[in-house]
Amino acid sequence: MINFLPSVVSRSQSSKLMSLFVPIIAVILTLMTGSIIFSLMGFNPIFALHTFFISPISSAYGISELLVKATPLALIAIGLAFCFKNNLYNIGAEGQLTMGAIFGGGVGIFFHDTNGFWLLPLMIIAGAIGGALWGLIPALLKTKFNTNEILTSLMLVYVALLILDYLVVGPWKDPQGYSFPKTRSFSDSGRMPLLFSGLRIHFGLFITLFLIFFSWFIFTKTIFGFQLKVSGFSPSAARYAGFNQNRLVYLAFAICGSFAGIAGLAEVSGPIGLLYRDISPNYGFTAIIVAFLGRLHPIGIIFASLVIALTYLGAEDAQLFMQIPAAVGFVFQGLVLFYLLGADFLVNYKLEFRKNK
Amino acid sequence: MLNNKYNNHFVEFKNITKKFPRVIANNNISFNIKKGSVHALLGENGAGKSTLVKVLYGLLSADIGYINFNNEVLKINSPSQARKKGIGMVFQHFSLFESLTVRDNLILGIDDQISYSNLQNKLQDISSKYNLPLDLDAPITSLSAGEKQRVEIVRILLQDPQLLIMDEPTSVLTPKEVENLFLTLNYLVKEGRTILYITHKLEEVIKICNDVTIMRNGKVIDSCTTKDQTAKSLATKMLGQKLEDLKTDYSHIKNIENFIVNNISCSFNDPFLTDLKNISFQVREGEIYGIAGVAGNGQSELMDILTGENTLIDEGEIIFNKKNIKLFNPQQRRNLSIAFVPENRLGHSAVPELSLTENILLSQFPNNQFSINGILNEKAIDKYANKVIKNFNVVTPGSDALASSLSGGNLQKFVIGREISSIPKLLIISHPTWGIDAGAEHSIREALIKLSKNGTSIIVISQDLDELIEITHRISVIFEGKLSEPLQTDKVDISRLGLLMGGKND
Repeated sequence: MINFLPSVVSRSQSSKLMSLFVPIIAVILTLMTGSIIFSLMGFNPIFALHTFFISPISSAYGISELLVKATPLALIAIGLAFCFKNNLYNIGAEGQLTMGAIFGGGVGIFFHDTNGFWLLPLMIIAGAIGGALWGLIPALLKTKFNTNEILTSLMLVYVALLILDYLVVGPWKDPQGYSFPKTRSFSDSGRMPLLFSGLRIHFGLFITLFLIFFSWFIFTKTIFGFQLKVSGFSPSAARYAGFNQNRLVYLAFAICGSFAGIAGLAEVSGPIGLLYRDISPNYGFTAIIVAFLGRLHPIGIIFASLVIALTYLGAEDAQLFMQIPAAVGFVFQGLVLFYLLGADFLVNYKLEFRKNK
Repeated sequence: MLNNKYNNHFVEFKNITKKFPRVIANNNISFNIKKGSVHALLGENGAGKSTLVKVLYGLLSADIGYINFNNEVLKINSPSQARKKGIGMVFQHFSLFESLTVRDNLILGIDDQISYSNLQNKLQDISSKYNLPLDLDAPITSLSAGEKQRVEIVRILLQDPQLLIMDEPTSVLTPKEVENLFLTLNYLVKEGRTILYITHKLEEVIKICNDVTIMRNGKVIDSCTTKDQTAKSLATKMLGQKLEDLKTDYSHIKNIENFIVNNISCSFNDPFLTDLKNISFQVREGEIYGIAGVAGNGQSELMDILTGENTLIDEGEIIFNKKNIKLFNPQQRRNLSIAFVPENRLGHSAVPELSLTENILLSQFPNNQFSINGILNEKAIDKYANKVIKNFNVVTPGSDALASSLSGGNLQKFVIGREISSIPKLLIISHPTWGIDAGAEHSIREALIKLSKNGTSIIVISQDLDELIEITHRISVIFEGKLSEPLQTDKVDISRLGLLMGGKND
């Protein structure tokens, strides 16, 4: 018999401590693999890693940029935690983000020549509603027709992107925009206030921090958070407890969608200021990595969002100073997820090589 | 006959010690098993029996000590190595593929490669030799618990073990099936095979075992022959305390039928479920109403309807205090002060991944006040959890321990404690003492009786006839989804119950 393949054996007790360290181990392994990749490409790995991970954040501008990127990631990730805790695999945050940007941005465009303190809150609410409505579609399909939310939420991403595409080249096109695929700019009071002059970091950071705190409160202090947790761990215990499971599905998707929607609105009303085709560098998908890297925990998600945001910045710097494609950022994101899932697996299972005598 | 050293020391446990993070499961365990004997391993849940057997079967390794098997030190680290050495084990929970046939399951269970005709011959051999008739083409789902166990035993016997470990083998069997099992064990022993019989049923030890080792709190209390033991003396050793006798008392029952199930029918159109047919019964205030029956005759389906986890019934009504509650979900029923304990602890009445405190929250009763406007009242929850732990003697390091860290009996005490601490008007409980030790069993039954005396109506669904006779006031039997007329427990005739359980109604 050929027994060179190891067999997977469940560990009778998985170490709690190790499972806390998993994200750190994953990051370290990612850096090690990254330096190997860099040296194979002919770069000094120390120099490359410095360019990638240190130099982007060695200035106030760099820190600000890091926070600008981390803000939407953290906000979407904490929203995803509502779904993931309940074992609902919402992969469509990117679509919910886009819809939030469309709804909130639409309000901004409609009032492009009006100023007022009420405009930004109105846009935020509209963004939340847009994201929530888009999130509720897979929820509705799941509860009514038992469809798989992974597929429907993912497909709706492309629908949302095409709607945005249609709007910016069609009805919402800037009349003075020389036919560029973009809308008018929002009025000044439709923009997220900047926190420091000269830096792009904006008020969205506080919204995110507030919503993370809000989520922590929901998760740990409320019946609703408890219900999410129980129905994620054991649906039959949730049935026994008499939780309304459909309601939990709707709520999780609505909250996740609204958070993603607010993140989308914060992007367009923050750094961008108008609507165009590429409002998000895949924040909605990358946030899935952030959510898992942060262990679905509010504090963990904050740290994870910073780490992943750094891969965005590092990729830009690497393109600039090392002439390698910015896609290398995605390589790092992929590596982190790979090592995270691998380490997670090894915390609960071990590989055994059979010794045949 | 069994007097030389080899025979008397067929299996020797030598100072086996196994520690887990918060508990010493086995503390310096030493005893011998004679060749060709049925040796009972008796003890409560959490006494360390399972750990010891897992060490013997290669599932765990001991921290200190070793096992001599057949006069050589046993060095194994997996069950398949144990099987190669001649040690086989029949687990309490069957590990069979439900949708495959008996034959497929047997083929899958064999470690060595063996030709098909060879297997067929071997099977016929084993079947006839040990009183283990099998229908090889039947799918496992169509078999009774006894038949499934037979498949497990045959699967192990195919490997010709010298030592057969049986973990609580009679817990799911009917009386007739138990007799057949004992017959099989007899044949096996006559051939010189040895059986290690794990149980907490005292009568079985006396009836079929030659020797008994009694464990308590991870230590061996005594290892002796069963000849001069009585059920009572064994119980005393196992529990370390005297058990009070329980009596049926009807005096407190009021003639008010506060729970009425009227003509319930429910068809599922699913071969794995039993359709319920015209089920009717009434429970009076303060009465304990037992529903007996062999597993798989509609008990879990009925339980789901009584708890409100399934409200899609074809016809009939469920009336509680003059209110039709058939469409109420479990929480709505709890709000009327109805409490439930389903059969399955892990993942149903408790979430193993959550702490005991969090598990308290699974069922909220009107007088609990665990949350105010959806926000948890952590103090009240923690207080309730600690009250349950204290009042029901739940052995745990604290209310923050995970439910999965508790032994079956302790978790069941906790779950039942959670439900009855709310002093419900109606308690519906399925298999209250299934798979737990005599000490926990006794305290749970006592708690149920006490509750009924305070005016709570209780419905107990159980396969354990002794239990039902001990605690209930009336018993009816469920068979193929039909419920018999109730019988008065103090005048009940066991043979009549047995007939009803076998589907013979006069």
